[in-house]
Amino acid sequence: MEDPLLKLLEEHALRTPDQLGKMLNCPAEEVKRRIKQYEDDKVILGYKAIINDDKLDTDLVKAVIEVRIQPEREGGFDRIAKRIAKFNEVTSLFLMSGGYDLLIFVEGRSLREVAQFVAEKLATLEGVTSTATHFMLKTYKEQGVLVDGGEEFERLKVSP
Amino acid sequence: MLFLSCLLEYAIMPQERTAKRDFVAEHVRGIPRSGIRDFFDIVQSMDNVISLGIGEPGFVTPWHIREAAIYALEQGKTGYTSNLGLLKLRRAISRYVHDVFHIDYKPETEILVTVGVSEALDIALRSVINPGDEVLYHEPCYVSYHPSIQLVHGIGKAVQTVAAMKFSLRASDIEAAITARTKVLILNFPTNPTGATLGGDELEKIAEVCVNHDLLVITDEIYSELTYGAQHRSIAALPGMKDRTIFLHGFSKAFAMTGFRIGYACAPASLIEGMLRVHQYSMLCASIIAQEAAIEALTHGMDDVMAMREQYRLRRNFIVKSFNEIGLTCHTAEGAFYAFPSVRDTGLSSREFAVQLLERERVALVPGNAFGPGGEGHVRASYCTGMPDLEQAVERIARFVRRG
Repeated sequence: MEDPLLKLLEEHALRTPDQLGKMLNCPAEEVKRRIKQYEDDKVILGYKAIINDDKLDTDLVKAVIEVRIQPEREGGFDRIAKRIAKFNEVTSLFLMSGGYDLLIFVEGRSLREVAQFVAEKLATLEGVTSTATHFMLKTYKEQGVLVDGGEEFERLKVSP
Repeated sequence: MLFLSCLLEYAIMPQERTAKRDFVAEHVRGIPRSGIRDFFDIVQSMDNVISLGIGEPGFVTPWHIREAAIYALEQGKTGYTSNLGLLKLRRAISRYVHDVFHIDYKPETEILVTVGVSEALDIALRSVINPGDEVLYHEPCYVSYHPSIQLVHGIGKAVQTVAAMKFSLRASDIEAAITARTKVLILNFPTNPTGATLGGDELEKIAEVCVNHDLLVITDEIYSELTYGAQHRSIAALPGMKDRTIFLHGFSKAFAMTGFRIGYACAPASLIEGMLRVHQYSMLCASIIAQEAAIEALTHGMDDVMAMREQYRLRRNFIVKSFNEIGLTCHTAEGAFYAFPSVRDTGLSSREFAVQLLERERVALVPGNAFGPGGEGHVRASYCTGMPDLEQAVERIARFVRRG
Protein backbone atom coordinates (compact mmCIF):
# COMPACT_ATOMS: atom_id res chain seq x y z
CA MET A 1 0.00 0.00 0.00
CA GLU A 2 1.19 3.50 -0.78
CA ASP A 3 2.59 5.48 2.13
CA PRO A 4 0.20 8.36 2.99
CA LEU A 5 3.29 10.52 3.49
CA LEU A 6 4.08 10.24 -0.23
CA LYS A 7 0.51 11.07 -1.12
CA LEU A 8 0.58 14.20 1.04
CA LEU A 9 3.87 15.39 -0.47
CA GLU A 10 2.61 14.66 -3.95
CA GLU A 11 -0.39 16.92 -3.30
CA HIS A 12 1.57 19.70 -1.69
CA ALA A 13 5.33 19.43 -1.27
CA LEU A 14 5.73 22.54 0.88
CA ARG A 15 4.12 21.01 3.96
CA THR A 16 6.48 21.09 6.94
CA PRO A 17 7.58 17.94 8.81
CA ASP A 18 5.68 19.32 11.81
CA GLN A 19 2.38 19.56 9.90
CA LEU A 20 2.95 16.19 8.27
CA GLY A 21 3.75 14.61 11.63
CA LYS A 22 0.50 15.91 13.12
CA MET A 23 -1.51 14.56 10.20
CA LEU A 24 0.19 11.19 10.27
CA ASN A 25 0.30 10.88 14.05
CA CYS A 26 4.07 10.58 14.28
CA PRO A 27 6.96 12.82 15.43
CA ALA A 28 8.34 15.42 12.99
CA GLU A 29 11.78 13.81 13.30
CA GLU A 30 10.45 10.54 11.91
CA VAL A 31 8.86 12.38 8.99
CA LYS A 32 12.23 13.98 8.20
CA ARG A 33 13.95 10.61 8.37
CA ARG A 34 11.43 8.95 6.06
CA ILE A 35 11.58 11.77 3.51
CA LYS A 36 15.39 11.54 3.49
CA GLN A 37 15.13 7.80 2.92
CA TYR A 38 12.73 8.27 -0.01
CA GLU A 39 15.08 10.85 -1.52
CA ASP A 40 18.07 8.52 -1.14
CA ASP A 41 16.14 5.65 -2.69
CA LYS A 42 15.07 7.87 -5.63
CA VAL A 43 11.43 7.24 -4.76
CA ILE A 44 11.13 11.01 -4.50
CA LEU A 45 12.89 12.39 -7.59
CA GLY A 46 12.45 16.08 -6.85
CA TYR A 47 10.05 18.88 -5.91
CA LYS A 48 8.61 21.39 -8.36
CA ALA A 49 5.93 24.04 -8.50
CA ILE A 50 3.17 23.65 -11.09
CA ILE A 51 3.25 26.95 -12.92
CA ASN A 52 0.52 28.33 -15.13
CA ASP A 53 2.58 29.67 -18.04
CA ASP A 54 -0.44 31.40 -19.54
CA LYS A 55 -0.34 33.85 -16.63
CA LEU A 56 3.27 34.75 -17.35
CA ASP A 57 4.57 36.99 -20.08
CA THR A 58 6.71 34.31 -21.73
CA ASP A 59 6.81 32.84 -25.18
CA LEU A 60 7.58 29.39 -23.84
CA VAL A 61 6.68 26.80 -26.44
CA LYS A 62 5.68 23.27 -25.55
CA ALA A 63 5.34 20.33 -27.90
CA VAL A 64 4.88 16.58 -27.85
CA ILE A 65 6.80 14.53 -30.39
CA GLU A 66 5.96 11.03 -31.49
CA VAL A 67 9.13 9.24 -32.44
CA ARG A 68 9.64 5.93 -34.21
CA ILE A 69 12.96 4.28 -33.65
CA GLN A 70 14.74 1.17 -34.80
CA PRO A 71 15.19 -1.07 -31.77
CA GLU A 72 18.63 -2.56 -31.32
CA ARG A 73 19.59 -6.20 -30.89
CA GLU A 74 21.11 -5.50 -27.46
CA GLY A 75 19.14 -3.16 -25.24
CA GLY A 76 16.05 -2.61 -27.43
CA PHE A 77 14.94 1.01 -27.15
CA ASP A 78 16.91 1.92 -24.04
CA ARG A 79 20.15 3.25 -25.52
CA ILE A 80 18.51 5.71 -27.88
CA ALA A 81 15.82 6.70 -25.37
CA LYS A 82 18.36 7.46 -22.67
CA ARG A 83 20.39 9.45 -25.14
CA ILE A 84 17.39 11.56 -26.14
CA ALA A 85 16.39 12.04 -22.50
CA LYS A 86 19.65 13.87 -21.78
CA PHE A 87 18.78 16.86 -23.98
CA ASN A 88 17.76 19.88 -21.91
CA GLU A 89 14.81 20.55 -24.21
CA VAL A 90 13.23 17.23 -23.20
CA THR A 91 11.06 17.53 -20.07
CA SER A 92 9.53 14.03 -20.11
CA LEU A 93 10.03 10.93 -22.18
CA PHE A 94 8.07 7.69 -22.29
CA LEU A 95 8.25 4.40 -24.19
CA MET A 96 4.79 3.76 -25.61
CA SER A 97 2.76 0.92 -27.03
CA GLY A 98 0.94 1.51 -30.32
CA GLY A 99 1.73 3.37 -33.53
CA TYR A 100 5.04 4.92 -32.42
CA ASP A 101 7.72 4.11 -29.87
CA LEU A 102 8.69 7.18 -27.87
CA LEU A 103 6.57 10.10 -26.71
CA ILE A 104 8.69 13.11 -25.92
CA PHE A 105 7.58 16.30 -24.17
CA VAL A 106 9.80 19.22 -25.13
CA GLU A 107 10.00 22.87 -24.15
CA GLY A 108 11.71 25.73 -25.92
CA ARG A 109 11.83 29.51 -25.84
CA SER A 110 10.45 29.78 -29.37
CA LEU A 111 8.94 27.76 -32.15
CA ARG A 112 12.25 28.00 -33.95
CA GLU A 113 14.15 26.56 -31.04
CA VAL A 114 11.88 23.50 -30.83
CA ALA A 115 11.93 23.06 -34.64
CA GLN A 116 15.69 23.27 -34.61
CA PHE A 117 15.92 20.66 -31.87
CA VAL A 118 13.77 18.27 -33.87
CA ALA A 119 15.49 18.86 -37.19
CA GLU A 120 19.06 19.02 -36.01
CA LYS A 121 19.27 16.88 -32.89
CA LEU A 122 16.43 14.43 -32.82
CA ALA A 123 15.73 13.44 -36.45
CA THR A 124 19.40 13.06 -37.22
CA LEU A 125 20.02 10.51 -34.49
CA GLU A 126 20.94 7.13 -35.84
CA GLY A 127 18.03 4.76 -35.26
CA VAL A 128 15.33 7.47 -35.34
CA THR A 129 13.17 6.61 -38.36
CA SER A 130 10.42 9.26 -38.11
CA THR A 131 9.09 12.10 -35.97
CA ALA A 132 5.72 13.87 -35.72
CA THR A 133 5.68 17.11 -33.74
CA HIS A 134 2.51 18.56 -32.17
CA PHE A 135 2.64 22.01 -30.60
CA MET A 136 0.48 22.66 -27.55
CA LEU A 137 -1.96 25.55 -27.90
CA LYS A 138 -3.66 25.87 -24.54
CA THR A 139 -3.52 24.16 -21.15
CA TYR A 140 -6.74 23.12 -19.40
CA LYS A 141 -5.36 20.82 -16.74
CA GLU A 142 -1.78 20.45 -15.59
CA GLN A 143 -0.66 17.52 -13.43
CA GLY A 144 -4.05 17.06 -11.83
CA VAL A 145 -4.74 20.77 -11.34
CA LEU A 146 -7.51 22.52 -13.28
CA VAL A 147 -5.93 25.65 -14.73
CA ASP A 148 -8.87 27.97 -14.16
CA GLY A 149 -10.06 26.31 -10.95
CA GLY A 150 -13.71 27.18 -11.31
CA GLU A 151 -14.93 24.63 -8.75
CA GLU A 152 -15.27 27.05 -5.86
CA PHE A 153 -18.70 28.00 -4.72
CA GLU A 154 -19.58 30.02 -1.66
CA ARG A 155 -20.80 27.62 1.01
CA LEU A 156 -22.78 28.73 4.01
CA LYS A 157 -20.23 29.73 6.65
CA VAL A 158 -22.10 27.98 9.42
CA SER A 159 -24.46 25.06 8.97
CA PRO A 160 -25.77 22.34 11.28
CA MET B 1 -73.67 62.57 3.36
CA LEU B 2 -74.20 58.87 3.02
CA PHE B 3 -71.43 58.76 0.52
CA LEU B 4 -69.07 60.51 2.93
CA SER B 5 -69.79 58.18 5.79
CA CYS B 6 -69.21 55.22 3.53
CA LEU B 7 -65.89 56.66 2.55
CA LEU B 8 -64.98 57.23 6.18
CA GLU B 9 -65.92 53.67 7.06
CA TYR B 10 -63.85 52.34 4.20
CA ALA B 11 -60.84 54.38 5.29
CA ILE B 12 -60.77 52.86 8.75
CA MET B 13 -61.57 49.36 7.56
CA PRO B 14 -57.97 48.13 7.01
CA GLN B 15 -57.18 48.64 10.66
CA GLU B 16 -60.22 46.69 11.78
CA ARG B 17 -59.36 43.89 9.38
CA THR B 18 -55.89 43.22 10.75
CA ALA B 19 -55.51 39.84 12.38
CA LYS B 20 -55.96 39.70 16.13
CA ARG B 21 -54.84 36.16 16.58
CA ASP B 22 -51.35 34.67 16.37
CA PHE B 23 -51.87 32.16 13.59
CA VAL B 24 -48.69 30.21 14.30
CA ALA B 25 -49.55 26.95 16.05
CA GLU B 26 -48.70 26.70 19.74
CA HIS B 27 -46.39 23.74 19.38
CA VAL B 28 -44.50 25.53 16.61
CA ARG B 29 -44.22 28.69 18.69
CA GLY B 30 -42.66 26.52 21.36
CA ILE B 31 -39.76 25.54 19.13
CA PRO B 32 -36.71 27.63 19.92
CA ARG B 33 -34.70 29.32 17.18
CA SER B 34 -31.70 27.16 16.33
CA GLY B 35 -28.56 28.24 18.18
CA ILE B 36 -26.71 27.75 14.93
CA ARG B 37 -29.03 30.03 13.00
CA ASP B 38 -28.38 32.69 15.60
CA PHE B 39 -24.64 32.39 15.34
CA PHE B 40 -24.82 32.19 11.54
CA ASP B 41 -26.25 35.71 11.40
CA ILE B 42 -23.24 37.11 13.28
CA VAL B 43 -20.77 35.25 11.06
CA GLN B 44 -22.47 36.34 7.84
CA SER B 45 -22.00 39.97 8.78
CA MET B 46 -18.19 39.63 8.90
CA ASP B 47 -15.47 39.45 6.27
CA ASN B 48 -12.29 37.40 6.13
CA VAL B 49 -13.69 34.66 8.34
CA ILE B 50 -12.17 31.18 8.27
CA SER B 51 -15.05 28.89 8.97
CA LEU B 52 -14.78 25.62 10.80
CA GLY B 53 -18.50 25.92 11.28
CA ILE B 54 -19.80 24.05 8.29
CA GLY B 55 -21.66 20.78 8.65
CA GLU B 56 -21.03 19.59 5.12
CA PRO B 57 -18.11 18.19 3.14
CA GLY B 58 -15.59 20.71 1.86
CA PHE B 59 -15.40 18.71 -1.38
CA VAL B 60 -17.49 19.39 -4.45
CA THR B 61 -19.56 16.35 -5.53
CA PRO B 62 -17.26 14.06 -7.57
CA TRP B 63 -17.45 15.01 -11.25
CA HIS B 64 -18.77 11.69 -12.55
CA ILE B 65 -21.78 12.03 -10.22
CA ARG B 66 -22.44 15.61 -11.31
CA GLU B 67 -22.04 14.48 -14.90
CA ALA B 68 -24.68 11.78 -14.37
CA ALA B 69 -27.09 14.49 -13.20
CA ILE B 70 -26.35 16.59 -16.28
CA TYR B 71 -26.85 13.54 -18.49
CA ALA B 72 -30.21 12.86 -16.83
CA LEU B 73 -31.31 16.38 -17.75
CA GLU B 74 -30.05 15.96 -21.31
CA GLN B 75 -32.09 12.77 -21.59
CA GLY B 76 -35.17 14.73 -20.59
CA LYS B 77 -35.55 13.05 -17.21
CA THR B 78 -37.55 15.82 -15.64
CA GLY B 79 -40.71 14.14 -14.39
CA TYR B 80 -42.04 12.57 -11.21
CA THR B 81 -40.87 9.12 -10.20
CA SER B 82 -42.67 6.42 -8.24
CA ASN B 83 -43.43 7.64 -4.70
CA LEU B 84 -40.94 5.11 -3.41
CA GLY B 85 -38.25 6.34 -5.80
CA LEU B 86 -36.77 4.83 -8.98
CA LEU B 87 -36.69 1.04 -8.74
CA LYS B 88 -33.16 1.05 -10.19
CA LEU B 89 -32.03 3.28 -7.32
CA ARG B 90 -33.83 1.15 -4.72
CA ARG B 91 -32.09 -1.93 -6.13
CA ALA B 92 -28.73 -0.16 -5.91
CA ILE B 93 -29.50 0.87 -2.33
CA SER B 94 -30.48 -2.69 -1.45
CA ARG B 95 -27.17 -4.02 -2.80
CA TYR B 96 -25.17 -1.29 -1.09
CA VAL B 97 -26.79 -1.77 2.31
CA HIS B 98 -26.28 -5.50 1.97
CA ASP B 99 -22.59 -5.15 1.03
CA VAL B 100 -21.66 -2.46 3.53
CA PHE B 101 -23.99 -3.07 6.49
CA HIS B 102 -24.92 -6.74 5.94
CA ILE B 103 -28.65 -6.07 6.20
CA ASP B 104 -31.12 -7.26 3.57
CA TYR B 105 -33.97 -4.98 2.49
CA LYS B 106 -36.30 -5.74 -0.43
CA PRO B 107 -36.16 -2.98 -3.06
CA GLU B 108 -39.88 -3.36 -3.84
CA THR B 109 -41.34 -2.95 -0.34
CA GLU B 110 -38.68 -2.09 2.25
CA ILE B 111 -36.88 0.94 0.80
CA LEU B 112 -38.18 4.50 0.39
CA VAL B 113 -36.15 7.23 -1.32
CA THR B 114 -36.48 10.60 0.45
CA VAL B 115 -35.39 14.22 0.21
CA GLY B 116 -32.35 13.76 2.44
CA VAL B 117 -32.28 12.08 5.83
CA SER B 118 -34.04 15.19 7.17
CA GLU B 119 -37.27 14.26 5.38
CA ALA B 120 -36.78 10.58 6.21
CA LEU B 121 -36.51 11.40 9.93
CA ASP B 122 -39.55 13.67 9.78
CA ILE B 123 -41.81 11.12 8.08
CA ALA B 124 -40.48 8.30 10.26
CA LEU B 125 -41.54 10.22 13.37
CA ARG B 126 -44.82 11.38 11.82
CA SER B 127 -45.73 7.83 10.92
CA VAL B 128 -45.05 6.24 14.31
CA ILE B 129 -45.61 8.84 17.05
CA ASN B 130 -48.93 9.34 18.78
CA PRO B 131 -49.29 12.57 20.79
CA GLY B 132 -47.54 12.13 24.14
CA ASP B 133 -45.30 9.24 23.08
CA GLU B 134 -41.78 9.59 24.42
CA VAL B 135 -38.75 9.54 22.14
CA LEU B 136 -35.25 9.09 23.54
CA TYR B 137 -32.18 10.52 21.83
CA HIS B 138 -28.61 11.09 22.92
CA GLU B 139 -27.16 14.54 23.49
CA PRO B 140 -25.13 16.51 22.36
CA CYS B 141 -26.76 15.80 19.03
CA TYR B 142 -27.80 17.12 15.68
CA VAL B 143 -30.01 20.16 16.10
CA SER B 144 -33.18 18.83 14.51
CA TYR B 145 -33.99 15.79 16.67
CA HIS B 146 -35.80 17.53 19.48
CA PRO B 147 -37.76 19.97 17.27
CA SER B 148 -38.75 17.13 14.92
CA ILE B 149 -40.19 15.22 17.88
CA GLN B 150 -42.01 18.33 19.11
CA LEU B 151 -43.54 18.88 15.67
CA VAL B 152 -45.28 15.50 15.84
CA HIS B 153 -46.51 16.17 19.39
CA GLY B 154 -44.09 13.65 20.87
CA ILE B 155 -42.08 14.17 24.05
CA GLY B 156 -38.32 14.28 23.42
CA LYS B 157 -36.07 13.07 26.22
CA ALA B 158 -32.32 13.50 25.97
CA VAL B 159 -29.88 10.94 27.37
CA GLN B 160 -26.61 12.72 28.11
CA THR B 161 -23.26 11.50 26.81
CA VAL B 162 -20.01 12.81 28.29
CA ALA B 163 -16.48 13.71 27.18
CA ALA B 164 -14.91 11.21 29.58
CA MET B 165 -16.62 8.43 27.57
CA LYS B 166 -15.76 10.05 24.22
CA PHE B 167 -19.48 10.91 24.05
CA SER B 168 -20.45 7.32 23.40
CA LEU B 169 -23.73 5.97 24.74
CA ARG B 170 -24.33 3.56 27.61
CA ALA B 171 -27.20 1.09 27.58
CA SER B 172 -27.74 1.63 31.31
CA ASP B 173 -28.35 5.37 30.76
CA ILE B 174 -30.96 4.60 28.14
CA GLU B 175 -32.64 2.07 30.39
CA ALA B 176 -32.80 4.59 33.24
CA ALA B 177 -34.68 7.05 31.01
CA ILE B 178 -37.33 4.59 29.81
CA THR B 179 -40.91 5.00 31.05
CA ALA B 180 -44.18 3.28 30.15
CA ARG B 181 -44.68 5.92 27.41
CA THR B 182 -41.29 5.46 25.73
CA LYS B 183 -41.72 4.24 22.18
CA VAL B 184 -38.71 5.23 20.11
CA LEU B 185 -34.93 5.54 20.49
CA ILE B 186 -33.06 7.71 17.99
CA LEU B 187 -29.41 6.79 17.44
CA ASN B 188 -26.84 8.74 15.43
CA PHE B 189 -23.39 7.18 15.32
CA PRO B 190 -20.93 8.53 14.24
CA THR B 191 -22.42 11.58 15.93
CA ASN B 192 -22.70 15.17 14.84
CA PRO B 193 -21.25 17.17 16.70
CA THR B 194 -19.01 14.94 18.83
CA GLY B 195 -17.68 12.43 16.28
CA ALA B 196 -18.56 9.70 18.77
CA THR B 197 -18.89 6.10 17.63
CA LEU B 198 -20.61 3.19 19.32
CA GLY B 199 -18.56 0.07 19.93
CA GLY B 200 -19.49 -3.60 19.77
CA ASP B 201 -20.46 -4.67 23.29
CA GLU B 202 -22.43 -1.55 24.15
CA LEU B 203 -24.29 -1.68 20.83
CA GLU B 204 -25.43 -5.20 21.68
CA LYS B 205 -26.51 -4.15 25.17
CA ILE B 206 -28.51 -1.28 23.70
CA ALA B 207 -30.19 -3.68 21.28
CA GLU B 208 -31.03 -5.88 24.28
CA VAL B 209 -32.63 -2.92 26.10
CA CYS B 210 -34.71 -2.11 22.99
CA VAL B 211 -35.95 -5.69 22.76
CA ASN B 212 -36.74 -5.89 26.48
CA HIS B 213 -38.74 -2.66 26.43
CA ASP B 214 -40.20 -3.23 22.94
CA LEU B 215 -38.79 0.01 21.52
CA LEU B 216 -38.52 1.08 17.90
CA VAL B 217 -35.06 2.35 16.89
CA ILE B 218 -34.59 5.09 14.32
CA THR B 219 -30.92 5.00 13.39
CA ASP B 220 -29.45 7.96 11.48
CA GLU B 221 -26.49 6.46 9.64
CA ILE B 222 -25.53 9.55 7.66
CA TYR B 223 -21.88 9.56 8.83
CA SER B 224 -21.41 5.79 8.85
CA GLU B 225 -18.89 5.64 5.98
CA LEU B 226 -16.77 8.22 7.77
CA THR B 227 -15.29 6.12 10.55
CA TYR B 228 -11.54 6.00 11.10
CA GLY B 229 -11.00 3.28 13.67
CA ALA B 230 -13.01 0.12 14.09
CA GLN B 231 -15.45 -0.88 11.33
CA HIS B 232 -18.84 0.78 11.79
CA ARG B 233 -21.76 -1.49 12.66
CA SER B 234 -25.41 -0.55 12.48
CA ILE B 235 -27.80 -1.64 15.21
CA ALA B 236 -30.14 -2.84 12.45
CA ALA B 237 -27.64 -5.60 11.61
CA LEU B 238 -27.88 -7.20 15.07
CA PRO B 239 -30.05 -10.33 15.44
CA GLY B 240 -33.74 -9.52 15.71
CA MET B 241 -33.22 -5.77 15.30
CA LYS B 242 -34.23 -5.33 11.66
CA ASP B 243 -37.90 -5.78 12.64
CA ARG B 244 -37.80 -2.90 15.10
CA THR B 245 -35.46 -0.50 13.29
CA ILE B 246 -35.92 2.27 10.75
CA PHE B 247 -32.55 2.62 9.05
CA LEU B 248 -31.96 6.13 7.65
CA HIS B 249 -29.13 6.96 5.34
CA GLY B 250 -28.24 9.36 2.54
CA PHE B 251 -25.65 10.64 0.15
CA SER B 252 -24.84 14.06 1.63
CA LYS B 253 -21.78 13.31 3.71
CA ALA B 254 -20.04 10.26 2.23
CA PHE B 255 -20.53 11.32 -1.40
CA ALA B 256 -20.40 15.09 -0.75
CA MET B 257 -23.91 15.57 -2.18
CA THR B 258 -25.59 17.84 0.40
CA GLY B 259 -27.20 20.10 -2.20
CA PHE B 260 -28.78 17.19 -4.05
CA ARG B 261 -31.02 16.57 -1.01
CA ILE B 262 -31.24 12.81 -1.39
CA GLY B 263 -31.53 10.07 1.20
CA TYR B 264 -33.46 6.92 2.00
CA ALA B 265 -35.22 4.91 4.66
CA CYS B 266 -35.06 1.13 4.99
CA ALA B 267 -37.45 -0.72 7.29
CA PRO B 268 -39.88 -3.62 7.42
CA ALA B 269 -42.65 -3.26 4.81
CA SER B 270 -45.34 -2.22 7.30
CA LEU B 271 -43.26 0.71 8.56
CA ILE B 272 -42.26 1.77 5.03
CA GLU B 273 -45.96 1.64 4.12
CA GLY B 274 -46.70 4.01 7.01
CA MET B 275 -43.94 6.40 5.97
CA LEU B 276 -45.07 6.22 2.35
CA ARG B 277 -48.53 7.47 3.33
CA VAL B 278 -46.97 10.65 4.70
CA HIS B 279 -44.39 10.98 1.94
CA GLN B 280 -46.82 10.55 -0.98
CA TYR B 281 -49.05 13.40 0.20
CA SER B 282 -46.30 15.74 1.36
CA MET B 283 -43.18 15.29 -0.78
CA LEU B 284 -44.55 13.03 -3.51
CA CYS B 285 -41.06 11.95 -4.56
CA ALA B 286 -37.42 13.01 -4.43
CA SER B 287 -36.03 14.91 -7.42
CA ILE B 288 -35.41 12.56 -10.34
CA ILE B 289 -32.14 14.33 -11.15
CA ALA B 290 -30.84 13.69 -7.64
CA GLN B 291 -32.03 10.08 -7.87
CA GLU B 292 -30.10 9.54 -11.11
CA ALA B 293 -26.99 11.08 -9.53
CA ALA B 294 -27.46 8.79 -6.52
CA ILE B 295 -27.48 5.71 -8.76
CA GLU B 296 -24.14 6.79 -10.19
CA ALA B 297 -22.78 7.43 -6.68
CA LEU B 298 -23.70 3.97 -5.44
CA THR B 299 -22.50 2.12 -8.51
CA HIS B 300 -19.23 3.97 -9.19
CA GLY B 301 -18.55 6.24 -6.24
CA MET B 302 -16.91 4.13 -3.54
CA ASP B 303 -13.35 5.05 -4.57
CA ASP B 304 -14.23 8.71 -4.08
CA VAL B 305 -15.66 7.98 -0.64
CA MET B 306 -12.48 6.17 0.39
CA ALA B 307 -10.28 8.98 -0.94
CA MET B 308 -12.28 11.66 0.90
CA ARG B 309 -12.32 9.59 4.08
CA GLU B 310 -8.53 9.33 4.00
CA GLN B 311 -8.28 13.12 3.67
CA TYR B 312 -10.65 13.59 6.62
CA ARG B 313 -8.64 11.12 8.71
CA LEU B 314 -5.40 13.05 8.18
CA ARG B 315 -7.08 16.37 8.88
CA ARG B 316 -8.60 14.94 12.04
CA ASN B 317 -5.20 13.83 13.28
CA PHE B 318 -3.87 17.31 12.59
CA ILE B 319 -6.65 19.24 14.29
CA VAL B 320 -6.98 17.00 17.36
CA LYS B 321 -3.23 17.11 17.97
CA SER B 322 -3.22 20.89 17.44
CA PHE B 323 -6.11 21.51 19.86
CA ASN B 324 -4.40 19.47 22.56
CA GLU B 325 -1.14 21.36 22.02
CA ILE B 326 -2.99 24.66 22.32
CA GLY B 327 -4.44 23.49 25.63
CA LEU B 328 -8.00 22.77 24.50
CA THR B 329 -8.52 19.17 25.61
CA CYS B 330 -9.86 17.20 22.69
CA HIS B 331 -10.66 13.50 22.37
CA THR B 332 -9.76 11.70 19.15
CA ALA B 333 -13.16 11.34 17.53
CA GLU B 334 -13.45 8.08 15.62
CA GLY B 335 -16.05 9.24 13.13
CA ALA B 336 -17.81 12.05 11.21
CA PHE B 337 -15.76 15.17 10.48
CA TYR B 338 -16.03 17.10 13.71
CA ALA B 339 -13.64 17.75 16.58
CA PHE B 340 -15.36 18.71 19.83
CA PRO B 341 -12.70 20.23 22.10
CA SER B 342 -13.36 21.48 25.62
CA VAL B 343 -12.97 25.22 26.22
CA ARG B 344 -13.54 25.01 29.99
CA ASP B 345 -9.91 25.80 30.88
CA THR B 346 -10.23 29.21 29.24
CA GLY B 347 -12.90 30.13 31.82
CA LEU B 348 -15.27 31.07 29.01
CA SER B 349 -18.63 29.56 28.15
CA SER B 350 -19.06 27.90 24.74
CA ARG B 351 -20.81 30.93 23.37
CA GLU B 352 -18.39 33.46 24.85
CA PHE B 353 -15.47 31.51 23.43
CA ALA B 354 -17.04 31.27 19.97
CA VAL B 355 -18.15 34.92 19.84
CA GLN B 356 -14.85 36.33 21.15
CA LEU B 357 -12.81 34.10 18.86
CA LEU B 358 -14.90 35.27 15.94
CA GLU B 359 -14.58 38.93 16.85
CA ARG B 360 -10.86 38.89 17.61
CA GLU B 361 -9.47 36.29 15.25
CA ARG B 362 -12.20 35.81 12.63
CA VAL B 363 -12.51 32.06 13.09
CA ALA B 364 -16.00 30.57 13.18
CA LEU B 365 -16.68 27.54 15.38
CA VAL B 366 -20.09 26.46 16.59
CA PRO B 367 -20.78 26.79 20.35
CA GLY B 368 -21.33 23.33 21.81
CA ASN B 369 -24.57 24.28 23.55
CA ALA B 370 -26.22 24.70 20.13
CA PHE B 371 -26.35 20.88 20.23
CA GLY B 372 -28.08 20.70 23.60
CA PRO B 373 -27.16 21.79 27.13
CA GLY B 374 -24.78 18.82 27.38
CA GLY B 375 -22.57 20.48 24.77
CA GLU B 376 -21.81 23.44 27.06
CA GLY B 377 -18.09 23.80 27.69
CA HIS B 378 -17.24 22.57 24.18
CA VAL B 379 -17.11 23.94 20.65
CA ARG B 380 -17.59 22.08 17.39
CA ALA B 381 -14.85 22.45 14.79
CA SER B 382 -15.47 20.76 11.46
CA TYR B 383 -12.35 19.61 9.70
CA CYS B 384 -14.05 19.15 6.36
CA THR B 385 -12.32 22.41 5.36
CA GLY B 386 -9.07 22.09 3.38
CA MET B 387 -5.67 21.93 5.09
CA PRO B 388 -4.54 25.51 4.31
CA ASP B 389 -7.61 26.90 6.08
CA LEU B 390 -7.27 24.43 8.94
CA GLU B 391 -3.65 25.46 9.49
CA GLN B 392 -4.56 29.14 9.44
CA ALA B 393 -7.46 28.57 11.82
CA VAL B 394 -5.31 26.62 14.28
CA GLU B 395 -2.73 29.43 14.32
CA ARG B 396 -5.41 32.01 15.04
CA ILE B 397 -7.06 29.91 17.75
CA ALA B 398 -3.66 29.35 19.41
CA ARG B 399 -3.04 33.11 19.45
CA PHE B 400 -6.51 33.71 20.90
CA VAL B 401 -6.04 31.16 23.70
CA ARG B 402 -2.50 32.39 24.54
CA ARG B 403 -3.66 35.96 24.98
CA GLY B 404 -6.49 34.78 27.21
